Amino acid sequence: MNVLEVIGQLINVTLVFSTALIFTALGGMYSERSGVVNIGLEGLMVSGAFAAAVMTDYASQAGLAASAPWVGFMAAAIYGVLVALLHAVSTITFRADQTVVGVVINIFALGLAIYLTKSLYEGSGQTPQLAYVFDKWAIPVLKDIPLLGKAFFTAYPTTYIVIAIAVISYFVLFRTPFGLRLRAVGEHPSSADTVGISVTKYRYIGVLLSGALAGLGGATITLTTTSSFAHNTISGQGFIALAALIFGKWNPLGVVGAALFFGLAQALRNFAQLFEFSKQIPVEFFYMLPYVLTLIVLAGAVGRSNAPSALGQPYDPAKR
Amino acid sequence: METIKKVFNKSSILVPAIAILLGLMVGAIAMLAGGYNPLLAYSSLLDKLFSSPYNMGEAIRAITPLIFTGIAVAFAFRTGLFNIGVEGQFVMGMTGATIIGVTLDLPWYIHAPLAVITGALFGGLWAAIAGVLKATRGVNEVISSIMLNWIALFLSNYIVATYLVEKGQQKTRPVHESAMLTIDWLIELMDKARMHWGTFVALICIAVFYILLWRTKQGFELRAVGHNPDAAQYAGMNVNRTIVKSMFISGVFAGLGGVFEILGVFGYQTVMAASWGYGFDGIAVALLGGNTPVGVLLGAILFGGLNYGSTGMSFGAGVPSEVVRIVIGSVIFFVASHGLVKWFIKPFFIKRADKRKEAV
Repeated sequence: MNVLEVIGQLINVTLVFSTALIFTALGGMYSERSGVVNIGLEGLMVSGAFAAAVMTDYASQAGLAASAPWVGFMAAAIYGVLVALLHAVSTITFRADQTVVGVVINIFALGLAIYLTKSLYEGSGQTPQLAYVFDKWAIPVLKDIPLLGKAFFTAYPTTYIVIAIAVISYFVLFRTPFGLRLRAVGEHPSSADTVGISVTKYRYIGVLLSGALAGLGGATITLTTTSSFAHNTISGQGFIALAALIFGKWNPLGVVGAALFFGLAQALRNFAQLFEFSKQIPVEFFYMLPYVLTLIVLAGAVGRSNAPSALGQPYDPAKR
Repeated sequence: METIKKVFNKSSILVPAIAILLGLMVGAIAMLAGGYNPLLAYSSLLDKLFSSPYNMGEAIRAITPLIFTGIAVAFAFRTGLFNIGVEGQFVMGMTGATIIGVTLDLPWYIHAPLAVITGALFGGLWAAIAGVLKATRGVNEVISSIMLNWIALFLSNYIVATYLVEKGQQKTRPVHESAMLTIDWLIELMDKARMHWGTFVALICIAVFYILLWRTKQGFELRAVGHNPDAAQYAGMNVNRTIVKSMFISGVFAGLGGVFEILGVFGYQTVMAASWGYGFDGIAVALLGGNTPVGVLLGAILFGGLNYGSTGMSFGAGVPSEVVRIVIGSVIFFVASHGLVKWFIKPFFIKRADKRKEAV
């Protein structure tokens, strides 16, 4: 293998690992930009991964063949919204502590997913291997560009979708009235309320969007990487997405950058096994690499946290 | 009216009690929906817990680490920090105890305390990293401790796999007898349930948690910083030092939890694919207990008891044991959304109040 080929491969694998993280972190961004902390991303991802596996399985049994994964993909978004609704009702309407509810979502969603899996598949804690999952799409013409073609234009459909969503999110957040209002609600809810913006409505939208996107993130892992759902399908990816959100400073493009960085670190550890010189380094150090780098970058980053200023505070109009 | 006010008061005991009932109901609904018998399930859960001395002892064993991690989370919460890194500190505590327990050869009165202290320090210093990063560089402790969780897992795997394993195995050489903290006569008494001194240390830690925070000047400072860092700063307290101190103490509690899993229960450490989750469960315990000393103890008993009993549920009623996670999640959900609980019970009280009015 020549160097260019390796780099092309590395980029390709990085994109696979990053896609789910970008979905989820973007979801978290909508929620947190509206002022609602979302520690529950992990649980929402688990929910999405579970729904995608089950619905894809049912759809393939119903004879949908190659379009079955798309059914699962959509189902993941819907199920994610339902779980996020729990978060929204308690934190926005009943002003419960957002961090606490996020933790609850994590416990509850995993419990429910495994419970349902065992109920649906006669006691087995894992869904069967899916007959149909997403295949990589090679984009005609572009795929033949040397290096770039292999690296960027032979990817899972989810990767193309998430990049589109990231770009759209940037415009929505910074170039549309909706985005302005969403940010206003997260920065200064009482002012937003004064000028007639419904804090409740925008926060609901933010949290439900996070459910849909994190659900898609979970579905991405099921439908491109594991091909089934079990208790360890997600194991911590949601927390890494949360880190990517903070690392990316709550900005869609920053979030994409941070998620790509985590994806690259994960890809590197797979590649480390291929070369003599890197085999000498204990594998655990490669596992640690992304997390150590993040700490170093965060510690060295200039400027303190750029979190939305009303993040984590329930909005109580009576206290205006 | 007075009773209604009492019910609507957050600190009242009624809300958690109702939350537990509602949580059990949610679990029952889930079981009914899945075609299981909830009554049989709950009775086999209780059966499992109280059927034999062995099971009661093992339930206590399951509750003990949750007390430690619950206090660790609650302590940090009280000082305004969200220590989501208890998981990693727990692992570092395990590793510290294992290193001393496996490699050194000392008389028991030095060996065991040394192993305990080393593990506690490992946990405390690991947490202090997050504290220092927050105090000096403004790094959000949630994100840094999530990172530290993973680093702890891989670091301890590296230490175990490189220096401490038995040849060809995934687990360390056994911890020397002189460092073990099992209680042999109690083990005999409880029919071989794995009893150890950690349970008593956990109870002491609850007292320490209370005294430290509410009965000392330092504790006052810690809580003041938790309430309002700006005001505390203005009053002349060193907020940055307090943050580091608070994380360190929280980490010591977490580390002790890990220590006793090694020295009290297993006597060896394995290469782990993922950490055990006691740290994350500790968050749930702290929330269940409202971050109060007695609350954490009760929360740990509820959480640990349900968890341990859940195996009986799947055995006796065929119900997947994960239903317990649904119950626990719901209970915390209802405790957190006490507004929702009040909304649920409001109609009853209004009716009763109306009747009383009529009677008058």
